[in-house]
Amino acid sequence: MSAPGAGKTTLLERTIRDMKTGASLFVLEGDQATANDGERIRAAGAAVVQINTGTGCHLDADMVARGLLELNPSANSVVVVENVGNLVCPALFDLGERRRIVILSTTEGDDKPLKYPHMFRAADLMLVNKIDLLPYVEFDVSRATANALSVNPDISVLGVSARTGEGLDAWYAWLRQEKSAACEAAAV
Amino acid sequence: MHELGISRNIVAIVSDAAKGRRVRRVTLEIGKLSGVMTDAILFCFDVAAHGTVLDGATLEIREIEGRARCMTCGAEFAVPTFLTACACGSRRLTHLAGEELNIKTMELEEVA
Repeated sequence: MSAPGAGKTTLLERTIRDMKTGASLFVLEGDQATANDGERIRAAGAAVVQINTGTGCHLDADMVARGLLELNPSANSVVVVENVGNLVCPALFDLGERRRIVILSTTEGDDKPLKYPHMFRAADLMLVNKIDLLPYVEFDVSRATANALSVNPDISVLGVSARTGEGLDAWYAWLRQEKSAACEAAAV
Repeated sequence: MHELGISRNIVAIVSDAAKGRRVRRVTLEIGKLSGVMTDAILFCFDVAAHGTVLDGATLEIREIEGRARCMTCGAEFAVPTFLTACACGSRRLTHLAGEELNIKTMELEEVA
């Protein structure tokens, strides 16, 4: 989840390519219109179902259920649901996710967690994206982190650049760890 | 913006439970921290109910204040926003109330 343009699709494309996820990562791609992002994800090498919400500002559980039937992910794989770009409504709808990730990019304000507390409270991990642009923007990572922690003391924070690759190893490690924890929990 | 969709879901859930009987009154509980706007639900409900067994039904909404328990000192207190901290300074809170969206009761028309 993130505001439009924060880098959700770019991060996913890079993750699919770098981790060589192949048939172990599936994507549900939510947008109001167009299949552009779905095509980008497919080109990166993951199976994807594009969900167009029309006038809707978020995905809901019904849309995800229908998308999952079509996507038909294999056992022990990861399904990533990319929500409609929006820092408000997606926070309020339970899609059955195990973990929720919010991307805040450095071209937005570092006060976003205070302005959109529902979103940052609903997230387990905040990825601060576009850290390669930090020399050019007035974005303070420590202030953004403090703001996120003030609405959600349990949120984890990682700084990344989906363009240059900086910080992505920690993101991939987080993803692997969450996947093995989920597989273990499912096996019990 | 999403209150119309939520209203349609409420109408669908109540219609299912009513099994064809007419519904006179529906009571909802909406937490003040749920992000669901009471006024918008009231505005959308009549439109969503139109042409269903809920057509003309009265909608009653009980708003629930936010409450939390401090995980550091154990105090229980009101939380009007997610930025509220405990008097002891801690922000580690267990939210007890305020995030509800419940269909609490429904009243049906009796068939003689």
